[in-house]
Amino acid sequence: MLRAEGVSRMYMRKTGQANHFYAVKGASLALVPGQVAVLTGRSGSGKTTLLHMLSGLLTPTEGHVWLDDADLYALDDKALSRLRNGRIAVVPQGRSAIDTLTALENVMLPSLLYGGAGDRAAALACMAALGVEHLANARPAELSGGELRRVAIARALSQSPDVLLADEPTGDLDDENTALALSVLQSAAKRQGRAVLLVSHDTEAVRYADRVYRMDGGTLSEGQ
Amino acid sequence: MKMRQLPLKNLLGRPGRTAALVLLTAFLALSVFGGSVVVRSLRSGLDSLQARLGADIIVLPASAESKVSFKDLLLQGTAGAFYMDASALDRVREVEGVEIAAPQTFLASLKADCCAVKVQVIGIDPDVDFTVKPWIDRSYSQGLDDMAVAVGCRVTADVGESLKIYDRYTHVVAKLAETGTGLDTAVYCNMDTMKALLAAAEEKGVSHKITSDDSDLISAVYVKVKDGYDVGLVNNRLNGHVRKATAVKARSMFTDVSDSLTGISRTVTLLIGAIWTLAFIILVIAFAMMAAERRREFAVLRLVGVSRRGLCGLILTESALCSLAGGALGVALAALAVFPFTTLIETRLGLPYLAPSIGAALLLAAGTLLLTLLVGALASAWAAWRLSRTDPGTTLREGT
Repeated sequence: MLRAEGVSRMYMRKTGQANHFYAVKGASLALVPGQVAVLTGRSGSGKTTLLHMLSGLLTPTEGHVWLDDADLYALDDKALSRLRNGRIAVVPQGRSAIDTLTALENVMLPSLLYGGAGDRAAALACMAALGVEHLANARPAELSGGELRRVAIARALSQSPDVLLADEPTGDLDDENTALALSVLQSAAKRQGRAVLLVSHDTEAVRYADRVYRMDGGTLSEGQ
Repeated sequence: MKMRQLPLKNLLGRPGRTAALVLLTAFLALSVFGGSVVVRSLRSGLDSLQARLGADIIVLPASAESKVSFKDLLLQGTAGAFYMDASALDRVREVEGVEIAAPQTFLASLKADCCAVKVQVIGIDPDVDFTVKPWIDRSYSQGLDDMAVAVGCRVTADVGESLKIYDRYTHVVAKLAETGTGLDTAVYCNMDTMKALLAAAEEKGVSHKITSDDSDLISAVYVKVKDGYDVGLVNNRLNGHVRKATAVKARSMFTDVSDSLTGISRTVTLLIGAIWTLAFIILVIAFAMMAAERRREFAVLRLVGVSRRGLCGLILTESALCSLAGGALGVALAALAVFPFTTLIETRLGLPYLAPSIGAALLLAAGTLLLTLLVGALASAWAAWRLSRTDPGTTLREGT
């Protein structure tokens, strides 16, 4: 289980005055295996900042993030990187493919780290689940935004993570592919026991949620 | 695919940028390797020339300077002939402080069978010679018999062949090691052979007589000064004692050459320094721009689990691959530009030039590659360090 306890992220404004603000303030939540949580809120409310702190990518200025017994930000970089590779998968906003690799190589990338040989079959299966297996040999430059998004989701799934955090996973997708992506992510929770958090503006995503959180001006609350 | 292939894939996937980085490092390597080879060759040439001469003082006919520059004779192989009576040798030996006085006689051949240009024939007295003989002994220690000659490495005649000089056939018994000077285009014989060649030249209408009755001619006397004697003082004594001759301190003969060499070395070093400073700055900027352009890509790598150290390793490996490719290309281009044109460079510079051996050249090439690698690593280190320290979360936000 992934738990956040009172995590905050403060930034300094570059206004010349001693001025700071909180993108996220005192947020606590738990992502439970087998459940889909959806985080909604306005643009700039702090959703992505919270997701990055939960994934070990952005150090909180206050609070802790625990994955089972491990305090993520108490780990050294090597241990945190390895943990992220093995147990936490992230689908970030926007383009996240390595341009010099094919779509399949991008999906296989996490499994190639730390001496891994790369699981081609598993990667292709994840791509097939999202309807992009026919693009395996295509370069990112040849793919549309929606296709790149599905490749990014496939990469996260191929990591077989304990926790899957997706930031606007349906942002570039049409209705049909939105439904496909959300059902695949839900299946990852329900059938494979992963803890899934979706950050989304899309009201459709809420339909797949077991728990719904809302961010408002950096403050997290549960419920719609 | 293996993870270790990622740096190469990144480079091949961006051929334009990779080519620019490789060309820049190639330019660096070309300048340092080419410049080093030239400067080293000039230094070796001068060292070799000084070692060959080994004399403290050289006594020349007073008319020598007006006929041909002795310096040019040595450095560029300009064929020259100037003479004084052999009695000058006895006068030299009479001077206090002279330990050894070794005569040499020069003869500028006509166009000989062996060569497309004139060669300088140098007669030595093997019994007393301490300048050329040790060098000849390294290739041929049995002594130069009558009509036997040892040839410089650039004379196109091999051991066992005959060499026709003024219609006299001489027998090549040794080919000498390279000096990078005019000595490489000379032919060496004993004094009896020289007398025969002078007589043959006389028959061809090329007179070397300085008086109607002179029989023994010499061109120069090489003097070694006894230990404890001041070379300048002995030089002055020689100038006062030997008529129609000029004594020149060997060291002063090399001063001009040495000064030119120092000047050229300084210029080449400054040029290399300027090129490296400029190229290093360009490389730092290039890597910084590359890092800025690829911030999101590196953040994604961190996101999937690449550690800071792994990310630095990836960037440094890319830099090393570029440096190696550029270094090898630069060294190859410099080698093509410098080694085939050794004679041309020597002629243009007018200085002794002794190209390094293959082993030394390989060492220089390896050193150049190491230096290029180091500069590439230093230039990319800042970008790698900065990138590895950036929160990937912040980068991913900025890039959306």
